[in-house]
Amino acid sequence: MSLSLDEVRRIAVLARLELSPEEEQLFAGQLSAILDYVEQLEALDVSGVEPMTHALAAGDAAPLRDDEVRPSLPIGEVLANAPEREETYFKVPRIIE
Amino acid sequence: MSRSILHVSLTELAAQLAAKQVTSREVTLAALARIEATDGAIGAFLRVTPERALAQADAADARAARGERKGPLDGVPVGLKDIFVTKGVETTAGSRILEGFVPPYSGTAVERIEGAGAVVLGKLNMDEFAMGSSNENSAYGPCRNPWDLARTPGGSSGGSAAAVAARQCFGALGTDTGGSIREPAAFCGIVGLKPTYGRVSRYGVIAFASSLDQVGPMGRSVADCAAMLQVIAGHDPRDMTSSTRPVDDYSARLEEGAAGLRIGVPREWFQGGLDAGTEARVREALAAYERMGAKLVEISLPHQKYGVAAYYIIAPAEASSNLARYDGVRYGLRVKGSGLKDTYAKTRARGFGAEPKRRIMLGTYALSSGYYDAYYLRAQKVRTLVRRDFDEAFASCDVIAGPVTPDVAFPLGERVDDPLRMYLADVFTITCNLAALPGLSIPCGLHPQKGLPVGLQLIGRPFDEATLFRAARAFEREAAPLPPPAGLS
Repeated sequence: MSLSLDEVRRIAVLARLELSPEEEQLFAGQLSAILDYVEQLEALDVSGVEPMTHALAAGDAAPLRDDEVRPSLPIGEVLANAPEREETYFKVPRIIE
Repeated sequence: MSRSILHVSLTELAAQLAAKQVTSREVTLAALARIEATDGAIGAFLRVTPERALAQADAADARAARGERKGPLDGVPVGLKDIFVTKGVETTAGSRILEGFVPPYSGTAVERIEGAGAVVLGKLNMDEFAMGSSNENSAYGPCRNPWDLARTPGGSSGGSAAAVAARQCFGALGTDTGGSIREPAAFCGIVGLKPTYGRVSRYGVIAFASSLDQVGPMGRSVADCAAMLQVIAGHDPRDMTSSTRPVDDYSARLEEGAAGLRIGVPREWFQGGLDAGTEARVREALAAYERMGAKLVEISLPHQKYGVAAYYIIAPAEASSNLARYDGVRYGLRVKGSGLKDTYAKTRARGFGAEPKRRIMLGTYALSSGYYDAYYLRAQKVRTLVRRDFDEAFASCDVIAGPVTPDVAFPLGERVDDPLRMYLADVFTITCNLAALPGLSIPCGLHPQKGLPVGLQLIGRPFDEATLFRAARAFEREAAPLPPPAGLS
């Protein structure tokens, strides 16, 4: 399994990661090696096997709590870590041109 | 007092605090002095919080004076892996993207251990977002192994293991997604437990792979870990994957010994890839169990060899989703771009180190259109097969025993350019996470040639941490204790 540079660029766009040309080269090689290793899973017959979609057995899971209004953190404290804020909002660059 | 008190176990310190032979302030000051003296060489702490710690120590001493000690952790200095969101204390998960993040709340495990009176000395070094097996992926510099400063303490909870081994604190909390508590515990010669998935709340634990992450204790004795788990375990309404099962009394059966236990020895863990000196120490530990009246049973885990491959689909897939939240909007770093999308891409490019980027890329690919069935779905089916292996094995044994790692702590720098080789350090620990089972690492002597600690791994049935503690305690009583780490005075 060999990932092309174009595929690496396509994945980087999906992942919202700006990669340098050096990183594109590096990841193309390293990700290809990891995918080669992972290919051994194809040797297994998994027909009829249910995927393990929950790590917790059904009987151990907590019941859903009631959907009721509860106090949450004060807005000021929540916004305190924001790189940019205005009044009670997170401020982001313009989205619609 | 100052040095010797730091060498006693957490439970022994608790007894001395209860008997008023020492105060929490005295022992906290001693620990802070030891960190000051040794951490320049080790790098276990990302930040030390002396004022906060001394305030907690004074509060513990005031409770003790009133006869209101809360329990064994009251007044005991501990450390927290920097993955635990801690109110008012910068929390970075070892990443630049969270530099300067000061959480407005504490996670449940932090609330509970502080609620039990523990004194938090600071935040401990780790691989960025818990991705790594050597602590070398920390954005804030590596941590070193107190047994040999040229070697890794293991990862991702490397700072936690190193601090406990170096007597900088009496216990620490770590997290384990594929071996991140057990591997560093083995490399640093301490005890570490990854509880059953769902035993400890993950609320306020910075997420890596949510179906695998679990919080656990790291300490210098089995009883110390039992005391810490006792406090942090149990249902939390803020984490719907935390189990509602009642929490066992972990100290009740601690001294029951190993007689009558059936110990499963997986054939596959001893076939190739296991270093001879490590195998020798693990075999001696198994022989010790036989002497104590346990019965060794050969078992098979036929899908063991697929564990690392399945893990390196599932964990990066979940990570790529979890790490999408670091977008430069609500907290952490922002690098301004030409618009919102460009800001995302530039922020993440500068904020994440190589390993998170690699795993985000891998996970994004595995989940992308057209590849989901071939990778993620198939890996989830393999996960079912891995769990079935364990379920079948536990029909004939009570505990599974074997090595934690293929070899002892490796030199810093040895594997940083070869991610796949680094991943294979977790070959014996990863299946336990995939199967959501509890796993414990306990020292079983020093490597005959290399003189470094070797770990014995014990894996138990779901929610049967009590039997793991009992089996580990039996061995601890039987085995010669490790000397303090050679790399430090």
